[in-house]
Amino acid sequence: MGGVTSAEPKVTVELALTHGLTADEYDRIIHRLGREPSLTELGLFASLWSEHCAYKHSRVFLRALPTRGPHVLQGPGENAGVVDLGDGLALAFKIESHNHPSFIEPFQGAATGVGGILRDVFTMGARPVAVLDSLRFGPPTDARTRRLIEGVVSGIAWYGNCFGVPNLGGEVGFAPEYAGNPLVNAMAVGLVDARRVFRARADGVGNPVFYVGAKTGRDGIHGATMASATFDEGAEERRPTVQVGDPFTEKLLLEACLEAMATGAVVGIQDMGAAGLACACSEMPARAGTGMEVELDRVPQRETGMTPYEIMLSESQERMLLVVARGREDEVRRIFGRWELDAVEIGRVTDDGVLRVRHHGHLVAEVPVRALAEEAPVYEKPTTPPAGLAELLAFEPLSLPAPDDAGAALLAVLASPGVASKEWVYRQYDQQVGTNSLVLPGSDAGVIRIKGTRKAVALTTDCNARFVSLDPRTGTAMAVAEAARNLSASGARPLALTDCLNFGSPERPEILWQFREAVEGMAEACRALGVPVVGGNVSFYNETLGQAILPTPVVGMVGLIDDAGRRATQWFAEPGDRVALLGPDAVSLGGSEYLAAIHGRVAGRLAPLDLGLERTVQEACRAAIGAGLVRSAHDCAEGGLGVAVAEACVSGPGPVGAELDLPADGRPAVLVLFGEGPSRLVVSVKPEAERHWTELMGEFGVPWRWIGRVGGDRLVARIGGVPVIDLDLATCGRAWREGFARHVS
Amino acid sequence: MNFGVVVFPGTWSDCDFHYVIGEVLHQPVRYVWHRDANLADLDCLILPGGFSYGDYLRAGAIAGRSPVVEALPEFLARGGLILGSCNGFQILCEAKLLPGALVRNECLQYRCQSTHLLVENTDTPFTRAMRPAQVLKMPISHGEGRYVVDQATLADLRRNHQVVFRYCLPDGRLTREANPNGSLDNIAGVINEEGTVLGLMPHPERAAESALGGTDGTLIFTSLLGSLVEDGSFLKG
Repeated sequence: MGGVTSAEPKVTVELALTHGLTADEYDRIIHRLGREPSLTELGLFASLWSEHCAYKHSRVFLRALPTRGPHVLQGPGENAGVVDLGDGLALAFKIESHNHPSFIEPFQGAATGVGGILRDVFTMGARPVAVLDSLRFGPPTDARTRRLIEGVVSGIAWYGNCFGVPNLGGEVGFAPEYAGNPLVNAMAVGLVDARRVFRARADGVGNPVFYVGAKTGRDGIHGATMASATFDEGAEERRPTVQVGDPFTEKLLLEACLEAMATGAVVGIQDMGAAGLACACSEMPARAGTGMEVELDRVPQRETGMTPYEIMLSESQERMLLVVARGREDEVRRIFGRWELDAVEIGRVTDDGVLRVRHHGHLVAEVPVRALAEEAPVYEKPTTPPAGLAELLAFEPLSLPAPDDAGAALLAVLASPGVASKEWVYRQYDQQVGTNSLVLPGSDAGVIRIKGTRKAVALTTDCNARFVSLDPRTGTAMAVAEAARNLSASGARPLALTDCLNFGSPERPEILWQFREAVEGMAEACRALGVPVVGGNVSFYNETLGQAILPTPVVGMVGLIDDAGRRATQWFAEPGDRVALLGPDAVSLGGSEYLAAIHGRVAGRLAPLDLGLERTVQEACRAAIGAGLVRSAHDCAEGGLGVAVAEACVSGPGPVGAELDLPADGRPAVLVLFGEGPSRLVVSVKPEAERHWTELMGEFGVPWRWIGRVGGDRLVARIGGVPVIDLDLATCGRAWREGFARHVS
Repeated sequence: MNFGVVVFPGTWSDCDFHYVIGEVLHQPVRYVWHRDANLADLDCLILPGGFSYGDYLRAGAIAGRSPVVEALPEFLARGGLILGSCNGFQILCEAKLLPGALVRNECLQYRCQSTHLLVENTDTPFTRAMRPAQVLKMPISHGEGRYVVDQATLADLRRNHQVVFRYCLPDGRLTREANPNGSLDNIAGVINEEGTVLGLMPHPERAAESALGGTDGTLIFTSLLGSLVEDGSFLKG
């Protein structure tokens, strides 16, 4: 960098190490540049080469995931994935983690997680139509955890409600392993004209580069590197690395961006999220094979005296970088001016593949964009199965004493915070703005209609981390299967998924083994079910003081309902309807909710997963819903058959009882009632459709059986004619409805 | 009759009202930008829900002083009708076009849920299609919807039948349990003395299609349509 005369301190390998780079990586930078980097350049490399941005430890494994499909318009690598819905419409969606910030500052950390994922979706040109959130916490018996829950939920509520997007569901799970490292994963879904999907590319040499949105401050500097390290006792001292959200400005930014995009004056657009300007100014030209020049004096700033290092690395929220068609600058300025937002030309697209950053007349960085965006080292580190896993798997849950009273056990499982109604959470979220919400949170999947068509879209997030911890490969395949099953239970055909892979430190071989197994399991399930991965996020280093979280590969999946009128919800509705269990009998108490809630253990083998059977069962379920044969369909998941039927009784607008008659097949009642296994659904069939149902299931050749009838005001279950459960509906309802609130407040 | 839907920075129920009026009820409707004080072509103005200016100061405080709101007295003087829902209600209170104020929910949390409303006054242009003591189902979605007003004004409101909607149970009983935000006297909606400005916290636009769980919200619009057609008070011409 001839002629650079900046007052920055000299860069040394020691300084590079404090930036989270290794000595090898620092050498690689020197080699690539042919000189030592400036401080600003070091900051650029440290951010772009952080695990969070560069996927250094995960990239080799992620290649296994199928990313293509007939309706995939945009796979991984952009701000969000996009799938075709027909009728000229497409759906953009993505899930992302904000775990580290949310632990340090729950309210703002969670809020800005929602803000970031919304921007990822509207940079694609899509108007956000729903958000979902998948949360994990330590046991709510701990007062600190309760404060975390309250902070996270109110932060999500605040941002999404103010912005004006409905929250359509998600999950809240608990395990001791999350106590020092909660998970906050937010998913956003947007609707976009299939011919007008925008991309984060700096095309067109000479085109001006615009900075739009909120001003840049010193908040969030090093957010990406913070998210790429584990926590110690001093976690709270890192509060300044957490950004502060402004959902109002985000709403204005949304409207202004969509309006500007509609004019045709916008060539490319990228959110300034993790690593801020550094990331946008290198990734956009890298994707397009161009370069970029930016002049930092022009960047709108809300603090004085910011250094180029700080300006480039700031993670101030609600900002975008736009590449505008030359000659159409005024159109863009006018639109952003109307929305009272800054829109400032800060640079231009160049042809030499180099990012040049100027500040106060000095050249402070001059780096090939590919070196930053594409040449981060890729590691293939060793993997080994964790010690003690075989022992956990060898545990036989049936060796524990069976409950004296299966009814009391059912009530306890229904009231456990992982199973109980999450109304305490979602009543704090606007679920209806946009007037598209056909199925609100509280069923297997949220469903939104697509105005102007007959179609609807079903949305879900799923992951049973207990299963994944015992068997990462099968457990992750089961998460994909369950997400697809939740969509199928709503009548939707699964289209594609986005994943949020939350794991501990990849530098530990046993964590990386979990990761590799999980990704391979996901790939197998995706292929078998025909559901590609179109985007996602890896969140490593989720550990505090050496305690890693349960491996938690969260699956966010979207599905299409061709006729919005042909859908199902999870609750029984009509006395007299016949109850069927669709799917195989094979279940296990290994890793079950029962075992965790009643015995406080996570151990044992999982039930077998047959992906071919899974696919056929789901097809049969969708066909029955499409033919109007069923009144309800509910995934049989955490808590097994007992919980699935109880939820079907009490979770709807009008609670109704059921009587079950299960065959005596020699298996213990506790296994029949609480055993968990994939590919199973509880369905209520209209009496007049019984024959049609029987024929249809025969055509699909799927296992199923009648297990009872809807009606009355009790939940009764008999096995071989012997009553094992006999509970009044109000008691079941109270246990399920009040369980969560009782734990968290 | 012509409807206008006001858009402030941060408004989000604008599209929902526009959709219900235009696509469900097939009435002429246009958006009104917050800087636009020209309301000459409109008969009824909607102030929709949202977080105008982020509601960072006080819900509705800044919007209550915007150009379009400053033009409202003249609009009313010419016979116009104004409906404010959610943030619109908060703005109308801030602008002193309605009495009282809306403060933080008693539970200190945001609430999005279904509520039931007891219709207390059917002798208004907004409620004439309803039956006395009818119970309507309409959702709420707010963090600051607790209606408060001083005792003297409350007495006036009661005397003048200005309390139009109160939160109730599905059977019409007015209990504490039915009150989602701690509003004084379970008040969900009030009207001005002249009967031309109605504010309510619930969202009628979210209860206008059976696919979304109910159509009670449309009664406000059918009331308005009837009123404006029958008494000839609409301004268009």
